[in-house]
Amino acid sequence: MAHVSKLWRRGAFALVIAMAIALPIFAPTYYVQFAAKAMLMGMLALSLNLVVGYGGLVSLCHAAFFGLAGYVLGLMTPESAGASMWLSLPAAVLVAGAAAAVIGALSLRTRGIYFIMVTLAFGEMLFYLFHDTKIGGGSDGLYIYVKPQLAIGGATLLDLENNHAFYYLALALLAGATLLVRELVRSPFGRALCAARDNERRALSLGFPVFRVRLTAFVISGMIAGLAGYLSAAQFGFVAPQMLGWHLSATVLVMVVLGGVGTVLGPIVGAFALIGLEEALKASFEHWKLIKGLIIVALVFLAPGGIQQLAALSRAAPVERKGPPAAPQSTEALSNV
Amino acid sequence: MSEILLKATALGKQYGGLRAVSGVSIDVHRDEVHAVIGPNGAGKSTLINLLSGDVCVTCGAVMMGENDITALAPNRRAMAGVGRSYQKTTIFQNATVFENVRLAAQAHGGRPLRLFGAASRDGNVNARAEAAIEAAGLTHCFDTVARFMSHGEQRQLEIAMVLATEPRVILLDEPLAGMGHAEAQRMIALIRGLKDGRAVLLVEHDMDAVFALADRLTVMADGQTIASGSPEYVRSHPAVRAAYLGHDHAAAEGEAA
Repeated sequence: MAHVSKLWRRGAFALVIAMAIALPIFAPTYYVQFAAKAMLMGMLALSLNLVVGYGGLVSLCHAAFFGLAGYVLGLMTPESAGASMWLSLPAAVLVAGAAAAVIGALSLRTRGIYFIMVTLAFGEMLFYLFHDTKIGGGSDGLYIYVKPQLAIGGATLLDLENNHAFYYLALALLAGATLLVRELVRSPFGRALCAARDNERRALSLGFPVFRVRLTAFVISGMIAGLAGYLSAAQFGFVAPQMLGWHLSATVLVMVVLGGVGTVLGPIVGAFALIGLEEALKASFEHWKLIKGLIIVALVFLAPGGIQQLAALSRAAPVERKGPPAAPQSTEALSNV
Repeated sequence: MSEILLKATALGKQYGGLRAVSGVSIDVHRDEVHAVIGPNGAGKSTLINLLSGDVCVTCGAVMMGENDITALAPNRRAMAGVGRSYQKTTIFQNATVFENVRLAAQAHGGRPLRLFGAASRDGNVNARAEAAIEAAGLTHCFDTVARFMSHGEQRQLEIAMVLATEPRVILLDEPLAGMGHAEAQRMIALIRGLKDGRAVLLVEHDMDAVFALADRLTVMADGQTIASGSPEYVRSHPAVRAAYLGHDHAAAEGEAA
């Protein structure tokens, strides 16, 4: 039975990948751009899930890493030319990682609700840094008129002004980030991170340097968030302080919870579900935000383990009635907050 | 006398105006079980927490051989060879027996925080985990999720985890608490095996177990040591009889004798 469900899952996964690759061939430009945007949100949710789902650390400042990297691209882009991607991409990711190192080093000394509050405060500090000063155009933000250039010796490798090229770059980087996170959570490091989430005292008394493990995860997560922010700024050609605000951090958290905390792919599913839902509701209703809220509440009640759990239930409901119900690991990640 | 593996000198812990532990010196030798007994609130658990680093000392020093470990965090002490169990079972409830013990073995294997390569495929770590599970007598529930096990088995699992960290010093905080008779007998046999090549400090309320296991005894009351020595010496110590058994009990036993 388990074998069949594994095959089923693999087949579904292969189908999704094939569709993602084929999408630009048959879909109109609008939907190609829309899918690229959703993939970048998925990448941000993926990064947040590394700390929320596997670390049990609910961060409310991930938009800050996302936005900071976007601003790095904005500030490195000359008035009438594109920034070199070879320089600006590593710079953006490193700045996001450095910010995560500083914020993490301070906030990881707190636990639970205090951690949420401290990360929120740091996120807001960075928001106001860009909102209330002249850096990056203040509250008006900054336009990026020309997309970053990926070239070797004058020969352009990839023209990002082309929607299809940008889409495939985003897809490839999302796949890379997903594989990275998958590898991390299966590694000894990932197991130590989960151990600290499940029982910090025991993890310490076994000899794991819990603070260092968490900080490492936080920095890696911040760098992936930065990668998403860089690409997002490149896609829209515009950065504004809202990109760093807590509103985005909270939205991404909803994506993570919606998709299923503690699974690698769940947050990406959650990002597509939330953005897709918004798009569908926007087109049909005037008060779409109200309906969106109700749907999210219903989903959380029906499937506390996320959309992935909903899918699993609909397939295997009659069989899995034996023995005590195994609470999804994901809900427990949040319960020690 | 065999080598001293852990030695604490004049340990003190003060919480505001309360002296939980004051001026306690204790040492644990290789191949011995050193039991610490005393009434509730005597400071036994605090003493274990001071030795393991879970609680910071107010004064005094903890030495492991020649190394001063007083300032080390609990994880550093664990790496230095101190393993411990808690009064309240402290394990990874949602993981299997094997994963619980594998994590313990991983923490003390080569490159315990490697970022790449599946953790489950480290043959050396897996072998050490399997050996510890066998030593703790849990081979029959290798793949059982910890929270579905009985209380006694969970305590055995905690011992297996401690064993997998290959400790030189083991601190046990009331390992028999809440156990039925059969479970307790199994645990006593297990603890007796632990002292081979290691030093074991045992805090326990079950006097039958204490006298069955202890090579030496220290009695605490009100955060201080009131007697320390062989079980026979402690059993007949008047201050111990007064503090621990109560004056009436001591008098009654005196009459019976």
